[in-house]
Amino acid sequence: MSRYLATALATAALAATLGAAPAQAKDTLTLGMVLEPPHLDPTAGAASAIREVTYANIFEGLTRIDARGEVQPALAASWTVSPDGLTYTFKLRTGVKFHDGTPFDCGIVKFSYERAVAPDSVNAQKGLFEPIAGTACPDPATAVVTLKRPAAGFLFGMGWGDAVMVAPNSVATNKTNPIGTGPFRFTRWVKGDRVEMVRNADYWGEKPKLAAATFRFIADPSAATAAVMAGDLDAYPNFPAPEALDAIRKDPRFTVRVGTTAGKTILALNNDRKPFSDLRVRRALAYAVDRAALIDALSSYGKPIGSHYIPGDPGYVDLTGAYPYDPAKAKALLAEAGVKPGTEMVIKLPPPAYARRGGEVIAAMLEQVGITAKLVPVEWAQWLDQVFKQSDFDMTIISHTEARDLDIYARDKYYFNYQSPAYKALYKQYQEAVDPKAQLALLEQLQRKLSEDEPNVFLYALAKVGVWNARLRGLWDNNPIPANDLTGVSWAD
Amino acid sequence: MSGFIARRLVALVLTLLAASLVVFLVLDVLPGDPASLMLGTSAREDTLAALRHQMGLDQPAWVRYLAWIWGLVRGDFGISYTYSVPVSELIGQRVMVSLPLAVMAILLSTAIAIPVGVLAAARRGRAADTTLMGIAQVGVALPNFWLGLLLILLFAVTLPLFPASGFAGWDKGAWAAIRSLLLPALALALPQAAILARVTRSAVLETLGQDYVRTALAKGLTGAAALWRHAVPNALIPVVTIIGLQFSFLMAGTVIIENVFTLPGLGRLIFQAIAQRDLIVVQDLVVLLAGSVIVVNFLVDLAYLGLDPRISREGAQ
Repeated sequence: MSRYLATALATAALAATLGAAPAQAKDTLTLGMVLEPPHLDPTAGAASAIREVTYANIFEGLTRIDARGEVQPALAASWTVSPDGLTYTFKLRTGVKFHDGTPFDCGIVKFSYERAVAPDSVNAQKGLFEPIAGTACPDPATAVVTLKRPAAGFLFGMGWGDAVMVAPNSVATNKTNPIGTGPFRFTRWVKGDRVEMVRNADYWGEKPKLAAATFRFIADPSAATAAVMAGDLDAYPNFPAPEALDAIRKDPRFTVRVGTTAGKTILALNNDRKPFSDLRVRRALAYAVDRAALIDALSSYGKPIGSHYIPGDPGYVDLTGAYPYDPAKAKALLAEAGVKPGTEMVIKLPPPAYARRGGEVIAAMLEQVGITAKLVPVEWAQWLDQVFKQSDFDMTIISHTEARDLDIYARDKYYFNYQSPAYKALYKQYQEAVDPKAQLALLEQLQRKLSEDEPNVFLYALAKVGVWNARLRGLWDNNPIPANDLTGVSWAD
Repeated sequence: MSGFIARRLVALVLTLLAASLVVFLVLDVLPGDPASLMLGTSAREDTLAALRHQMGLDQPAWVRYLAWIWGLVRGDFGISYTYSVPVSELIGQRVMVSLPLAVMAILLSTAIAIPVGVLAAARRGRAADTTLMGIAQVGVALPNFWLGLLLILLFAVTLPLFPASGFAGWDKGAWAAIRSLLLPALALALPQAAILARVTRSAVLETLGQDYVRTALAKGLTGAAALWRHAVPNALIPVVTIIGLQFSFLMAGTVIIENVFTLPGLGRLIFQAIAQRDLIVVQDLVVLLAGSVIVVNFLVDLAYLGLDPRISREGAQ
């Protein structure tokens, strides 16, 4: 017994000496991410991981989105919009250079935007650029972008990762060797493990405090927890192991921050299929789901939503009271619509935990109102093919992570098949509204219309749970767009 | 001997062709479009078509198959859809993790298993045997990822002696690289060692009962000498067979351990490539792994020849 004790004491002593290394001025950062980006060009792929590495660090656009989701100047120092909303005149920053020395000017803006709309463009958000009629360069420091029709939210869209500035001589290699204008320059990518970058000494703006940053890809929740606890990582901004948070909170070395993302988690319904084409059924399903209990069961820290919009978005109205949890009402509505108790419905579940675990919770809730939910797990490729492309589904759980994407309900063809001429007309009005007040009023009407029609059961806004070293300052608490902006990150003494 | 090798080579080429055809056909009917995976839910139809054209996916299946095989013949593995770099480069980097990991695990497991198995056989039915085989029984049942997590908790979190995850890279020096592979190698080796020890024990027990061991004892050899000179060498064939199987498994089957330790190895590459429908990478890897299994089996056969001269004499007749 005494020998065990001795070993334990020696172990503790060793741990103490090794753990209590003197705090020294640190100017590097190692950050954990769940998914590795497939490549590093945000203008040629949809993966959030691309933006989480490159956005605002390596690449910049004319505008940028800040931590609160607001539009700020970036490579455009300022801009004016014509009264008809069709002409945007951007004053560009001068003296800006790409990491390879290529100067940034209006020619780059013209090139970047024209490339995004070209017939062979592989930009995942080509729709953002679709309103652009042309870009003119009266002088190198002025870019005049004209639109075919007014587009509310154009400046917000030009702040996305998909709209960053790229130079003609580096576009072919940006996927593996990204060259931007940002405060960090890419140095190395060890595939399957990490991406490294260093401070850009020639940055046009305020120089970053960090000398170097490493993004490491650790998907397994237990491995992520171990890497944080062992100090291998300084920060894990989208921490994948909610069950470990209690232990981490108790440890004074770390801070845990709960913030928001643009992710709207919904139980999507195939509005083309019976019985979901019946409004009463859709409303019944909305009454049948207890959002608070669902969020709790997933320990996800999300906030309930009442339409396809999240708290904090411009013009947000709280519609979460529209369909309170009421199984009796749900049953009555289902009976009215002729859905017999014991009816089987299939829920297709993509891989994330919010879907797989959430599906089990929702199935139990639906059971209470007499619906037998059959859960079918699918992988991403299958989900995209069967659900998204072919609309071959009854229900699915999915988080729509694009910010402010009310437009998807106005499309002629989208996987959940919501068709409402009234909504489309409202959305067109919103797009063409130039007056900010009128825009806000229309945004409110759009949300109300969605809540009324309940094309999908709106569940909750996906939270962002970040874990990082308590001495680290300046990381974003919220993710209005996918990003790990390191511009303002520093270590406290 | 040369006939043996020639037969093996023909079998190798035929097996690889069969494997390539099977994997190509399976991936071709699998639902999922690499282009829509890359461009996500906002992509428009014309954008998807442009990307499919860029990746050559708009060509008929047989054209893609023949182009791929012709590339392989010339040593061109193609370009990864997702990473946009040559597949040979990707595989090259990953092999530098998976191969040393597999070798370390096999060395560790053999170094543990053979002495344990021989000792247990020599002490059959006694306390040492029961204890060792009891531990081995637990070892066989132990899932290696769980063992990996325990090792991380002990040697990386509680005692910060090893990194919790990741691979330092060979450019940081051999010791740094080996250090980051040691815990995962141990996690892989222990359950393997448990199996191998049991196999060794029963093989040695069987040879201990043979006439030649009794003869050796009868002509005055000590028990230990008879064991090491006669029983153990003759028991090695089943042991080498299991080591060969374990090595093939380790080259491809370490995906869980690679995830637990976040090692950029072949297992994770193939897993990622399947999830992202990086078809060309999956195809190349399956052919490569099939090839490596065949090569390992061939080496095991050669080892038989060395271990038991009767096999080559029979082959010659």
